[in-house]
Amino acid sequence: MLEIKNLHASVNGNEILKGIDLKVNVGEVHAIMGPNGSGKSTLAQVLAGRDTFAVTQGEVVYEGKNLLEMDPEERAREGVFLAFQYPVEIPGVSNTYFLKAALNAIRKHKGLEELDAVEFLQLVKQRMKLVEFDESLFNRPVNEGFSGGEKKRNEIFHMAVLEPKLAILDETDSGLDIDALRIVADGVNRLRRKDNAIIVVTHYQRLLNYIVPDVVHVLIDGRIAKSGGKELAFELEEKGYDWVKDEVEKSAVHV
Amino acid sequence: MKYTAEKNAWYLSTFETFEQGLNGESASGLHMLRRSAIERFKALGFPTTRHEEWRFTNITPILKADFKPAVDLHSAGVTKADVERFDFGTRHCIVFVNGFFSKELSTVDGLPRGAYCGSLATSLKDNHPSARKYLGQYAKYDDNTFTALNTAFLRDGAFISIPDGVVVEDSIHLLFIAAGSEHTLFSPRNLIIVGKNSQLSIVESYVALTRRAYLTNVVTVIVAGDHSVIEHDKLQNESLEAVHVASLHAYQGAGTNFTSNSIALGGSIVRNNVTSVLDGQGSECTLNGLSLATGTQLIDNHTTIDHAKPHCASHELYKSILDGKSRGVFSGKIFVRKDAQKTDAKQTNKTLLLSDDATINTKPQLEIFADDVKCTHGATVGQLEPEQLFYLRSRGIDNTTARDILTFAFASDVVSRVHVEQLKDQLESVVHARLDEGRKNKEQR
Repeated sequence: MLEIKNLHASVNGNEILKGIDLKVNVGEVHAIMGPNGSGKSTLAQVLAGRDTFAVTQGEVVYEGKNLLEMDPEERAREGVFLAFQYPVEIPGVSNTYFLKAALNAIRKHKGLEELDAVEFLQLVKQRMKLVEFDESLFNRPVNEGFSGGEKKRNEIFHMAVLEPKLAILDETDSGLDIDALRIVADGVNRLRRKDNAIIVVTHYQRLLNYIVPDVVHVLIDGRIAKSGGKELAFELEEKGYDWVKDEVEKSAVHV
Repeated sequence: MKYTAEKNAWYLSTFETFEQGLNGESASGLHMLRRSAIERFKALGFPTTRHEEWRFTNITPILKADFKPAVDLHSAGVTKADVERFDFGTRHCIVFVNGFFSKELSTVDGLPRGAYCGSLATSLKDNHPSARKYLGQYAKYDDNTFTALNTAFLRDGAFISIPDGVVVEDSIHLLFIAAGSEHTLFSPRNLIIVGKNSQLSIVESYVALTRRAYLTNVVTVIVAGDHSVIEHDKLQNESLEAVHVASLHAYQGAGTNFTSNSIALGGSIVRNNVTSVLDGQGSECTLNGLSLATGTQLIDNHTTIDHAKPHCASHELYKSILDGKSRGVFSGKIFVRKDAQKTDAKQTNKTLLLSDDATINTKPQLEIFADDVKCTHGATVGQLEPEQLFYLRSRGIDNTTARDILTFAFASDVVSRVHVEQLKDQLESVVHARLDEGRKNKEQR
């Protein structure tokens, strides 16, 4: 589904991603872990098409197409979804209006009929239940005055309505208490299907107790330093990131 | 400077012609007022950009043209169907064509007993006591050229009088339609007197059936009796060739609540003065404004809130969306007099620049003479937030639509403060249409 080859990206001339290689197959859940500043969020935003980052080298193939050539909206319409680490407040635009515009743009792209207000409301009500989203937040301006937890849950709610093929969750767990974390994780698990894939970017192993990954990658200094099964996450939780860093440095000396 | 002197002479001679056309009125109290106003105009002359209040608004284009007072052609060919285009379905719609009241086109349906709304000229002719009493009392023209000019050429306008203790359920719409020939001068005067414990909502709208250049110079006076609640909504959608100069003066008694929502879209040069005097304890004043300008339009909003008495609050939010080479001016004066302790005043001015060539001059002026008050002001100027744009796009919404959504949201912050529901809907579609048009023009270039 997604293949990243030797991806380099920089911001203001500072290279942050220094050659990422990653392959995600359909039906898989990948976790990307790593210390602060390792480039996790940059990778998530580059995949979604944020233009503050310049891709200097490498390629990203998504479902056989060159992802990097697409505008952010085109990526979304092709099924890529980014749950933001810091969801943006948009005063004056209601959550309803925003979501309906987004869903219909995606449906139009797929050659499907746009949903009218009644059909949209039916769908939305069903998805709200699925991810335990508070109905009162639905008619409010997007994220304005939402608590940190409400913002993250709004992201998962958007994901439930838009049904992406590839969802990237950027530190969706940060700032959540254990109850909110469980609700978010349950929501994601209910959206997990054989025909989609999820990339979970996280700093802590905590979330991965609930969303169990197939593959865990450790990102250090803009490169994937180590990949493994879900047990790698436990190892990181126990021992921290330093031992992976040491491994990387040792291998670098030998080269 | 050259134009200023020439133009003063032009209006003085125009006044003489105008005077000759007023059969049998020369001895009336109204005409005495006109005469003293033209004398004052003569002394004041037109302001230049050296005048502090006109620093950012150059009125030379007004001075280059020879504007002449409109003559009453009755409805001037304007039909009921024309009116329906601009009416938003209120029961009371008072229509003025080229500044003159049109009885045929107006509808007043079931005003409460004792309440009056109609033509100011008729009310004066009929010797309506409060029309006579209040006309000269407010809207001072000692230091305001345009108010002096309005008074000198005063013929008609709206007169609304609401007795004590009356709630007018439906809003009263004052619809001003410009359908005149080239270079017409309209000088409507609106006088609105609201009794104690009464409630009224007024909508003043300015529209055009002509693309010609004309000058609207309007003065509206609102006298709010103690404990009255008044909302004044204004939609200025004049021809893009027109000049619109307006002064709204509100005088608030004790315990009153006055709201002004001013939406400005039309006009080549627009000067909108809104002044409220909080002249009784425990009153509240809310001034909101939205300007949408494009091309080479200039929209200038000057507001003054005069806190004269203690325990009053004022809230002010003025926003502009400027595109093309348009210019915006905001000047917000807040006076807090020595006696006005416990004043709570908040002023906000926000501007969204949609092009690199648009400019805004914003100037808050707080003059505080009391020592136990809370006054805040803030101004922001900027483009659309890249984070917000990316957020919308990353959910599948294209760049153009995302920009439209965010621009409209910026505007709807003001529009949503209008309480008259049908008007709010109409304003939203007018604002939408205007922003769409702006985008299409950009795409064509």
